[in-house]
Amino acid sequence: MKEFRYERPADADAAVALLTDAPGAAYLGGGTNLVDLMKLGVAAPDLLVDVSRLPFEEVTETDGGGLSIGAAVRNSTLASRGIVRERYPIVSEALLSGAPAQLRNAATVGGNLLQRTRCLYFQDVGKPCNKRQPGSGCPAREGVHRDLAILGASEHCVATNPSDLAVALAALDAMVHLVSAAGPRSLPLTELHRLPGDEPHRDTVLRHGELITAVELPPPVPDGRSAYRKARDRASFAFALASVAAVLQVRGGLVHHVRIAFGALAARPWRARVAEEALLGQPATEEAFGQAIDRELAAARPLRDNGYKVPLARRLAVSVLADLAAPEHGGPR
Amino acid sequence: MGAMTAVTLHINGERFSRELDNRTTLLDLLREHAHLSGAKKGCDHGQCGACTVLLDGRRVNACLLLAVSMDGTDVTTIEGLSDGNALHPLQQAFLDHDAFQCGFCTPGQICSAVAAIAEARAGWPSVVTAQDEPEGPVELTAPEVRERMSGNLCRCGAYVNIVSAVREVAR
Ligand SMILES: Cc1cc2nc3c(=O)[nH]c(=O)nc-3n(C[C@H](O)[C@H](O)[C@H](O)COP(=O)(O)OP(=O)(O)OC[C@H]3O[C@@H](n4cnc5c(N)ncnc54)[C@H](O)[C@@H]3O)c2cc1C
Ligand code: SF4
Ligand code: FES
Ligand code: FES
Repeated sequence: MKEFRYERPADADAAVALLTDAPGAAYLGGGTNLVDLMKLGVAAPDLLVDVSRLPFEEVTETDGGGLSIGAAVRNSTLASRGIVRERYPIVSEALLSGAPAQLRNAATVGGNLLQRTRCLYFQDVGKPCNKRQPGSGCPAREGVHRDLAILGASEHCVATNPSDLAVALAALDAMVHLVSAAGPRSLPLTELHRLPGDEPHRDTVLRHGELITAVELPPPVPDGRSAYRKARDRASFAFALASVAAVLQVRGGLVHHVRIAFGALAARPWRARVAEEALLGQPATEEAFGQAIDRELAAARPLRDNGYKVPLARRLAVSVLADLAAPEHGGPR
Repeated sequence: MGAMTAVTLHINGERFSRELDNRTTLLDLLREHAHLSGAKKGCDHGQCGACTVLLDGRRVNACLLLAVSMDGTDVTTIEGLSDGNALHPLQQAFLDHDAFQCGFCTPGQICSAVAAIAEARAGWPSVVTAQDEPEGPVELTAPEVRERMSGNLCRCGAYVNIVSAVREVAR
């Protein structure tokens, strides 16, 4: 591991100031992704600015009836909070379906959202990779890409975003609050991560030194029901092959409000806006769900070995929506 | 140099203070500086759980934590669980249930189980806990134990007996 300096500033302004003038510096949350990548030589910051103990450790109700989640809140703390389980159960479900307890206890909300792809070539400094080393090539396209993207990829990169939490937050219309030397700003979570295009090394739209301070959830949709479902190679302790987070509100048998986000299909949590639009005002039936999801997935461009993700994502989404539409049949909340 | 930082923490109740290379992980601090070799280095990448210790009472993988960020914390390792010669109930249960073969994963399994039982008692859900379960202690059924202990791999495959050892103590 390359040598680095370590600082633990007391507040956000000091943290931002430390990073702004240091192009080789990085924020440290729980370290469960960054330290791993430093050991692998994939990341080599010369200064770590520890933000895991900044005063962003609260989960509080906002005036408008939403929820504000500090960026330094640990994943396990967030998942077990009563208000989260009761009002935003998919946040809890998504977190609990990811990484084991040991990692969730250390991982922060900010770090979770900015964790990097699990693409094998990205993690192997002995291999080319456009994301790690721009212009070196993308061996995944022809090589091992079973886990990788079917939506929104480019010829330069087919990586996926591995976060389960981000998928739930995308379906909940979460906002991300940021601060940098230029001042504070806020973004919808769905605009935080970028599609690769010809700059796959840029995972997000964040500027150097921009700090995530909080994630904000709008008030829950009245009578909305929601669920997170994840498909993986084994029953526990594995990243998603595909996952779906959905929120559904049905009135008089018709879809009145719907949000669908897919995980593990693209470089960012994939909001299924085509499907959502197609479903509004339609009968909440399995047939309508299937047709809408097919329209969304028509944009899929699978590679040689990940075509299975198209029917997998379809089945996940249709089964989740059907369960949500039929609460009396014992589906999830 | 400059890449050193002074760190003070408590390990198994004893104060430990040292100037450390910033690159030192909590696992290396324990094994190489505090000479506590109970926590094991299996994968060194958060993937096996052999390095599990308790940090301020919560289980963590010591291999992915930087020692410099641990200043002021309380760490408990497998060496700190027994009370003199009296084994911790989980240590005894692992013996009684034959819950290990080579023993390499065992310190991590036991530390992890101590925390898993505490988490369930505190009402923390797992992904197999029913969402509409009332808040309050969660019963550690076999599926609950398997899910909650899934971050601890055992290359000898002692899983069946680990589950029964954990369930006995959780009752
Ligand atoms: C074996 C294993 C299995 C896993 N399985 C899953 C899984 O199934 N699902 C899943 O979702 N995740 C999984 N993870 C990933 C885990 O969720 C992430 O490692 C964790 O959430 C990262 O959080 P952290 O606080 O440790 O981030 P860090 O490692 O500290 O940081 C990650 C990145 O975020 C930046 N950063 C941190 N905080 C901030 C901030 N406030 N503002 C700006 N930048 C910041 C850092 O500079 C770094 O670039 C797994 C990890 C491992 C090792
Ligand atoms: S898919 Fe992206 S991350 Fe993976 S090798 Fe190609 S460029 Fe690198
Ligand atoms: S050594 Fe830490 S998880 Fe394997
Ligand atoms: S007892 Fe050998 S690894 Fe678990």
